Amino acid sequence: MSQFFSAVISTTFGYSILRVSTPIIFASLSALLSDRVGILNMGIEGIMLSAAFIGVVVSAATLSAWIGLLSAAVLGIVLGLLFGFVTLRLKANSLLSGISINLIASSATVFLLYEITGERGVSSSLKSFTLPNVDLPVIKSVPVLGAILSGHNVLTYLSIICVVVLYVFLFKTRLGMRIRSVGENEEAAKSVGVDTQKVKYIALCLSGLLAGLGGAFLSMGYISMFSQNMTAGRGFIGIAASAMGSSSPVPAFFASLLFGTFDALANMIQDGRIPTELVQMIPYIATILGLTLMAARKISLKGKNARTVEKKLYK
Amino acid sequence: MRRGIGYEVLKTAIAILFSLSIAILIILCTSNDALNALSCLVVGPLKNTRSFGNVIEMMIPFIFTGLAFCIIIQTKEINLGIDGSFFIGAVAAAVIGSQLQLPAVIHPVVAILAGGVLGGMICLIPGILKAKWNANEIVSSLMLNYIMIYLGIYIMKSVIRDYSANGVVSEKLSDTAMLSTIVTGTRIHSGLILAVTLIFICYMYLYKSKKGYEIRLTGHNRSFAKFSGINTTKVILSAEFLGGMIAGIGGATELLGMYTRFEWNSSPQYGWDGLIVATIAKYNPAVVPFAAFFLAYIRIGADKMSMYSDTPRDVVLIIQGVIIILVTAESIFLSKWQHKRLLKLTTTRSRLDEGNCQI
Repeated sequence: MSQFFSAVISTTFGYSILRVSTPIIFASLSALLSDRVGILNMGIEGIMLSAAFIGVVVSAATLSAWIGLLSAAVLGIVLGLLFGFVTLRLKANSLLSGISINLIASSATVFLLYEITGERGVSSSLKSFTLPNVDLPVIKSVPVLGAILSGHNVLTYLSIICVVVLYVFLFKTRLGMRIRSVGENEEAAKSVGVDTQKVKYIALCLSGLLAGLGGAFLSMGYISMFSQNMTAGRGFIGIAASAMGSSSPVPAFFASLLFGTFDALANMIQDGRIPTELVQMIPYIATILGLTLMAARKISLKGKNARTVEKKLYK
Repeated sequence: MRRGIGYEVLKTAIAILFSLSIAILIILCTSNDALNALSCLVVGPLKNTRSFGNVIEMMIPFIFTGLAFCIIIQTKEINLGIDGSFFIGAVAAAVIGSQLQLPAVIHPVVAILAGGVLGGMICLIPGILKAKWNANEIVSSLMLNYIMIYLGIYIMKSVIRDYSANGVVSEKLSDTAMLSTIVTGTRIHSGLILAVTLIFICYMYLYKSKKGYEIRLTGHNRSFAKFSGINTTKVILSAEFLGGMIAGIGGATELLGMYTRFEWNSSPQYGWDGLIVATIAKYNPAVVPFAAFFLAYIRIGADKMSMYSDTPRDVVLIIQGVIIILVTAESIFLSKWQHKRLLKLTTTRSRLDEGNCQI
């Protein structure tokens, strides 16, 4: 047991939390953007998977990890647009079309991989590239923090930058305000002249872009190849993190870190003493508990607000 | 609601044909032996009794999970816990089938009932979290599926694992528990009879009973149902329990009918297939067997294709997603025509009404 605690307190564990959280952070930001225009984007899982796949294939073909990343980002935007077209223009049920994107992605990646390499399931024969790790100049030499915060993949830092950028975008810019207004009251937004369809498309494209970056991290940073269904529910966990963070970037970031911590914990205690299955359940149980707690808190807050309003009214 | 039924059938047919032509196009583009691949896909399942038997065998779990989704989605709530319920149903049947000693007919009945009750209880969890604390049901049910798969595998490994067998599998089911084969030359088992009975029961329940009416009314207009004095929360929860129960029964039936041991180490994904079936069937239990047959047919065709030609089965899996999008899309294929037709119908009606008034 003491061994366990020393492992948890170690800097490697802190490092691995950030590493494991990165795809979840991207997924939660992606979920948050679509949620802000009132659409639940279940397709994040599939978009991440497709982006992970295309990143590996393109980087192997062009011998450049950066072009791979670019292609993953572009594919993310395209799929976000496609999701928008299907739900907004064709008026298909957004939940079911998200699920269809996941179905199509999980089989199309396997099919294309087979057509390209003749292999099923893993891309080990493709010589793909990974995005570089970055050492932070000053922080690197700080004793404990340096080991935890420095030396991560470039996309890990990008994910944290995205949290800040998204916060500024949503709460300090015109377009961000329009996005929020569409999600809160579409009719009201329409009545003051906001082109709600356009705003929704923009939000879904950005949502796709973020999911694409998360996917690229999985196959070009987290590990250095593509494998069948490698997202393993991270897109869904991202949706949960966004719901738990009530669709705001900073709380969603911390919710993602929380899930990442449980994920890292599950990775670490797979040493045979505790059955693997029980350990693997932890992140999912944590998700359900977290989701319920936050939802319950929201209800009680609402009740409280209503009571204060009532008091003021009947004073 | 019944008025547009011809339109719905036509739209679904066009969606399916369109998706199939996408698959054919992909096959023509990628295969060196396209004609062979296509013939495997289209007529492969009809080649012999065994192949056609495979289609019917695969249809059985599709019917169960499809029915489960029909009942739940009729309330307009979406609970994806069906996959977990199916899995746990199978685990429960495996435990009872391999550990208990019971007489022949009673044994599978007990196992299936246990699977059903457990499955129903699992599906209730996201519903209760939603009803009590307004937690997002879709996300929690998805997470629950993962938990149930791990829990099921854990139970299998720690309670009923057979260490003498190769691989991670459970102990053998006892002969008294297994469902008998009803068509010689195939593996079609008596679970088919149960599935067909359930289709009938679900249809009667949803469309001919008071409870079913409450479910549909809640789905159509929640507020109206509430003001009519229906306890909508209770209706939704009971629909979720029933759906989960049907899925659990399906899991138990599939295990006792098709396997001699519990050997799944991941989800067989029948829950997601059920969602496809229910969507194609437009959530009507009476259409579920046709949708299930269609899905099973193209799946077995895809298997034959990957076995006897150079094209992998994933081509067919891709188009399932396309079918769902096209079937649920509202503004697509002839929607303008349908809109005009409805408009015409209503205007003639109102004119008639005016005429009646004058008389």
